[in-house]
Amino acid sequence: MSDVAASPNRRRGIVSLTLMAGIMLVGLHIAIGLLTLVWLPYEPNAFTGGRLEGASLAHWVGTDRLGRDLFTQLMIGSRIALTVGLGAVAIGATIGVSIGILAAFASRWLDDALAATLDILIAFPTLLIAMLVVAASDTASLGSAIVALGIALSAIVARLTRILAKRVLVMDYITAARTSGSSWPKIVAIHVLPNIWPTLSVNFALQFGLAVIAEASLSYLGLGAPPPNASWGRMLQEAQGTVYTAPLGAIAPGIALVSLAIGVNLLADGLRARIDAARTLS
Amino acid sequence: MALPFKPRYCCDTPRARTSAILAYTLRRTLILIVSLFVAAVVLFVLLRLLPGDPANALLGVGATPQQIEAARAQVGSDQPLHVQFGTFIGNLARLDLGTSFVSRASVLEEIGNRMSVTLPLTALGFLIAITLAVPLGMLSAIRADRWYGAAISVISQLGIAIPVFWVGILLVTLFAINLRWLPSGGFPLRGWSNFGEAAIGMVLPALTIGLVMGASLLRYVRAATLDVLGSDYLRTARALGAGFTEALVRHGLRNGAVPVISILGIELATTFLGAVVIERVFSLPGLGSMLLLAIQQRDYPNVQGVLFVSTLLVLIIGFAADLAQRLIDPRLRGRTRVEA
Repeated sequence: MSDVAASPNRRRGIVSLTLMAGIMLVGLHIAIGLLTLVWLPYEPNAFTGGRLEGASLAHWVGTDRLGRDLFTQLMIGSRIALTVGLGAVAIGATIGVSIGILAAFASRWLDDALAATLDILIAFPTLLIAMLVVAASDTASLGSAIVALGIALSAIVARLTRILAKRVLVMDYITAARTSGSSWPKIVAIHVLPNIWPTLSVNFALQFGLAVIAEASLSYLGLGAPPPNASWGRMLQEAQGTVYTAPLGAIAPGIALVSLAIGVNLLADGLRARIDAARTLS
Repeated sequence: MALPFKPRYCCDTPRARTSAILAYTLRRTLILIVSLFVAAVVLFVLLRLLPGDPANALLGVGATPQQIEAARAQVGSDQPLHVQFGTFIGNLARLDLGTSFVSRASVLEEIGNRMSVTLPLTALGFLIAITLAVPLGMLSAIRADRWYGAAISVISQLGIAIPVFWVGILLVTLFAINLRWLPSGGFPLRGWSNFGEAAIGMVLPALTIGLVMGASLLRYVRAATLDVLGSDYLRTARALGAGFTEALVRHGLRNGAVPVISILGIELATTFLGAVVIERVFSLPGLGSMLLLAIQQRDYPNVQGVLFVSTLLVLIIGFAADLAQRLIDPRLRGRTRVEA
C-alpha cells in the first residue's frame, strides 16, 4: 500500500494535533451516542412542534415535515452510525483477519487461489451487494445493513492481513520460533498478530468511516432501518424534498455525518503517524 | 554514468518489449475470464440465497398451486440447482440476460438504454475529477510549504469523508434552488435526441461526482508527487543539469503515474457504481435507478442483469488499468500481481 501521508518529519509537529482533533470528534459522537441511551430532548416520534420549523431555543435545528424534533433525531443518528461502524468493522475484522492469516499460512496453491478470489471479491460492487442483501431480508433492519457491510469489508481486511502476515512470516524470529518447536497457533498469537495489529487497526478506523458513509447511502436510497432507528442518510432523504423551506434539515445531518467520518480519518492518520514515529525510533 | 552491468528488466529490444506485453495481455485476459466466471458463481449463489422463489414476483396474492407451478416452470426454479446453474452460465456466455418480469422487455436492451445516461455521467464526472486532481495534487506537493499547498491537502481530506449524495443535495440547493441556474434533476424523455436539455441535465450530477472523486484522487496524486520529489533519480537528473520542470516531466511523470493509474482504475469503478446514489439525487433514469426499481419490484432478471453488467465493467476497468501500468513501467511486465 502506498503511504498517503506526507513524510514523517514534516508531519511530526502536527501529529498530536491530528490525533487530538480525531479523538475529540469521535469522542463527541460517542458521548452523544451514549447519552441517547439514557436521555433525549424529546420523544423521537412525538410531534412536538409545527411542521418544518426553523432553528429555535426549543428545537435547536428545527423540526421535520411531521413536526418531530430534528436535534433528537441527529443524536440518535450518532448512536446508529457508531453501531453500524463498530458492527461492520467487528464482522469484517473477524472474517477478514481469519481468512488473511489462513491464506498467509496456507500452501502456495491455496494461497494463490485465496488471493485471486479476494481480488475478485474486492472488485465486486460493495454497495450494490449490500443493497441486494438488505432488500432481500424482507424487513430492512439495522442488522441486515451491518452484516452486509461487514461481509463487504471482510475481503479488504483479508487482503491486507494476508500481505502483512506474509511480511512477518519471512522474518528470522519466525524461523527461530519454528525451530524451537512453537506451534502455528502460538506463532500467530505471539508473533504475527501483535506485529500486524498497529497497521490493521489504522485500516479498521478507515473502514469504520467507509461503513458509516455506506450505511448512510443505503438509508438515503430507502434501504435502511425504519424509524425510530433512522440514520442520517434517511434524514437527508426526507429533507431533500423540503430543502427550499427548511434548508437546515438537509444540512445538519450531513455535517454530523462528515464530522464523524473526518474524526475517524484524523484518528487513523494520527495513529499511523504515531506508529511510524515509534518504528523509526526503535 | 557507466554501470558495471547493463540493467535488464525484460525487454531490451522493441520486439522483446512487444512480446512481453503480449504475453502479459494474454495472461491477464485469462485472469479476466476466470474472474468473470467466479463473479457469475457469486451472483448465482447470492440470487439463490434470497428468500422466496423468484417465481413469486410473477404472481399476485392468492395464486393457485397450479399457477405457482406454471410460474416456477416459466422461471426455471423448479429445476435442480445444477441444471439452473448450467442454464445461467450458458445464458450469460451468450449475453442473453432474459426478459424483465415486470415490463417483459429485453433486459439487455433496457440496460443499453440506461447506459446512455450512466456512461456519459460517469465519464464526464471522471474527466472533471482528473482535471481537478492532477494539477492541484501536484501543486499541493510541490508547494507543500505554502498556505495554498496546505489548504489543498486539507480539502482533499474531505474527499473520503463526505458522502457523494450530500454534495449533490448541497449543489442542488445552491445552483438549482437558490440561484436557479440549472435544473435540480431529471432527464428528457427523448434522451440524447434532445441534446441541449440532456446535456444541461448532466452538469450538476457530473460536477457532484467530479468534485468528490477529484478530492479523493488528489490525495494520491499528491502522495505520488511527494514520492517522486524525494527520489534519488530526480536528484541525479537535477545534478546532471536538468531544470526542475524538465526533470519532473521527463523522469517524474512516468514514475508517478504508475501508482496513480491503479487508483484511477479503482476510482473509475467506484464512480460508475456510485452513480446509483447520484441518479437518485437527481432523478436520472440510469442503470442505478434501474437496479433500485428492480430490487423493489423483485424483478430478478433485471437485478441479475444490472449486477452482471456492472461487475463486467468493473473487471474490464481493472484489466485496462493493469495493462496501462505495464505499458508505462517495464519493471512490472513479468509480474501478474503487484503487491504492497
